[in-house]
Amino acid sequence: MKSEIITGAEIVIRSLQEEGTEFVFGYPGGAVLNIYDAIFSQTKFKHVLVRHEQAAVHAADAYARATGKVGVALVTSGPGATNAVTGIATAHMDSVPMVIISGQVPTHAIGQDAFQECDTVGITRPCVKHNFLVKDINKIASTIKKAFYIAATGRPGPVLVDIPKDITAESAEFLYPKEIHMRSYNPVTKGHLGQIKKALDILINAKKPVVYSGGGAVLGNASAPLTKLVNLLNFPITSTLMGLGGFPASDEKFLGMLGMHGTYEANMAMQDCDVLLAVGARFDDRVIGNPDHFLSKPKKIIHIDIDPASISKRVQIDIPIVGDVVSILNDLIEVYEEQKNNHDKNQLEPWLKQIKTWKSKNCLAFEDDKKVIKPQRVIQTLHEVTKGDAFITSDVGQHQMWAAQYYPFDKPRRWINSGGLGTMGVGLPYAMGCQLAFPDAQVACVTGEASIQMCIQELSTCKQFHLPVKIVNLNNRYMGMVRQWQEFFYGNRYAESYMDALPDFVKLAESYGHVGFKIEKPEDIKPVLEEAFSPKLKESLVFLDFITDQTENVFPMVPNGKGLSEMILAEDL
Amino acid sequence: MRHIISLLMENESGALSRVSGLFSARGYNIESLTVAPTEDASLSRMTIVTSGSDEVIEQIIKQLNKLIDVVRVLDLNDGKYIERELMLVKVKAGDKHRDEMKRISDIFRGRIIDVSDNTFTIELTGSSSKLDAYLESLDGDAIIETVRTGASGIGRGDRILKV
Repeated sequence: MKSEIITGAEIVIRSLQEEGTEFVFGYPGGAVLNIYDAIFSQTKFKHVLVRHEQAAVHAADAYARATGKVGVALVTSGPGATNAVTGIATAHMDSVPMVIISGQVPTHAIGQDAFQECDTVGITRPCVKHNFLVKDINKIASTIKKAFYIAATGRPGPVLVDIPKDITAESAEFLYPKEIHMRSYNPVTKGHLGQIKKALDILINAKKPVVYSGGGAVLGNASAPLTKLVNLLNFPITSTLMGLGGFPASDEKFLGMLGMHGTYEANMAMQDCDVLLAVGARFDDRVIGNPDHFLSKPKKIIHIDIDPASISKRVQIDIPIVGDVVSILNDLIEVYEEQKNNHDKNQLEPWLKQIKTWKSKNCLAFEDDKKVIKPQRVIQTLHEVTKGDAFITSDVGQHQMWAAQYYPFDKPRRWINSGGLGTMGVGLPYAMGCQLAFPDAQVACVTGEASIQMCIQELSTCKQFHLPVKIVNLNNRYMGMVRQWQEFFYGNRYAESYMDALPDFVKLAESYGHVGFKIEKPEDIKPVLEEAFSPKLKESLVFLDFITDQTENVFPMVPNGKGLSEMILAEDL
Repeated sequence: MRHIISLLMENESGALSRVSGLFSARGYNIESLTVAPTEDASLSRMTIVTSGSDEVIEQIIKQLNKLIDVVRVLDLNDGKYIERELMLVKVKAGDKHRDEMKRISDIFRGRIIDVSDNTFTIELTGSSSKLDAYLESLDGDAIIETVRTGASGIGRGDRILKV
């Protein structure tokens, strides 16, 4: 290779190009001006100028979730980096592969309380998979290579690279390493065959089995082998919020989402099963509720996960299988094929019958109203109008749960939301990331009037980059989930949960050059949604402000700290 | 139960804070933590004394292994090991206590490394519990100042932590 002497800033850009970066989401500032200058004269990737650094990280995060590739964000030092922290923590909690490049004050100024200086590596340390401060121009390329490698392998996560301004101005030879070897980082890939055989033995002898799949099955691209294995075993399957779409929701074996707002059948089956196969899920508090209650019914638990630290963290696991989920599921399928004659599927009949009985409770039924818009109806209609084939992003709260419950996903990477950190404000930047990655796809952001205002400035970014996302605003004039908890657990004392002084969202959208509709009557839901997704508005961002029932609650609900089978159902009230 | 965990990690800036940050973020105990470069300057060796249930210790080991810069982790309590800690103690040693202080120090195989009219400074090495026992054997009023390094540990015989 011929040697090339270029600036540190150009090395950053060239390294990103070497990694196949399509989009860099960012916001310029003093410490990254050299890098922006290098961006000015390149055409290989597109820079997306957001209106707040938080949105840059969220949009890069959504790009990663929707495509499976590493998302890239670029921010300046100090406030640029601190604004990015919420986005980084959000990606970290949901194990999203990302590289964040942050500018830093010049090396000689570090520690001097310089203008726009902060200890970015220190501040982000607890919310990244790893981070680096590069102090030597000769290490920029190898560090970026490492960052992409660490972000995308093992249990994925965000990696931050902090680069002082002075080294982006220096010049050095550019050599991008072809591969990287780290003695301290060697993620496991293949699962242990002995454990896999043991697991299969338990699975084929199970009388009341359930498969419980999580975000790991989606992130690990395991949809196909998961679906195949579940079909072979003929087991019922439930999914976490993050796992939705990993197994097709329209399949009758699918029990719906489990957990705090999971279906009756999913939660009852989780509680009552004798064998549980967990696939890329982590038994968190919103999923299994109280762990002691969860284990009060004895069950054998098999847990497939790429992260050894997820095994036996909240619940003791009988058969852990650590490794890449696709490889493990394929091994399980192979071992099953050898042993399928030993699997007597008749033994599942009583269990499947029991599940049918639970299903017949129809726990997601809701009463439609002639005068007031029910939020559930909006989501169901959205599903109908988009033929179940849209990218749905959401913010956090009641609307998020309704989207998860009433928009069944048949494909992975279509449901983009903040599960772990629960970050209000992600919805719109998430929609931007999806729309940029898939310009021709239908992208809807399901949100509420509280969440949408947390990153509302991105309406401007959407205008600049012609992103025709459809915003489905379930406007109940409350922080709905806060209100729901206050109603149930705080004696109807609605402290600060009312959204007063709301803007006219239609005018707001129009002021940014978008299209807005206010929908107040139930009979208008469908025609307006159809119009929003019609060819006429294909190029337009449409803000759909649905004025919904103020007091609607999300059911079923497992109260915090309770067991999965201690759900409150709509019919109980 | 008390555990001594040894680990090797890349000798990078900020390595220590990754470990101490992990312990504080996840609410694990640290009784002591010592760190210094090894004979291979690219590696640091750390000894962490912690306590917790078996489940907590298992999580600590896994979480430490998960840190990108950590190369190897060993729970010394999984086998036979030797533990040593160094303590410097300054005690009152006026006319009245001088002989007594010398005697107790001898019993614990301490070395008097500094002497003034009214004080001795004693250097003592041993397991942490031996150092505790020494302090307990002194009249509390006699202790002017103590400084301890925290425990270092190493496996016995063929138990080796190396890259």
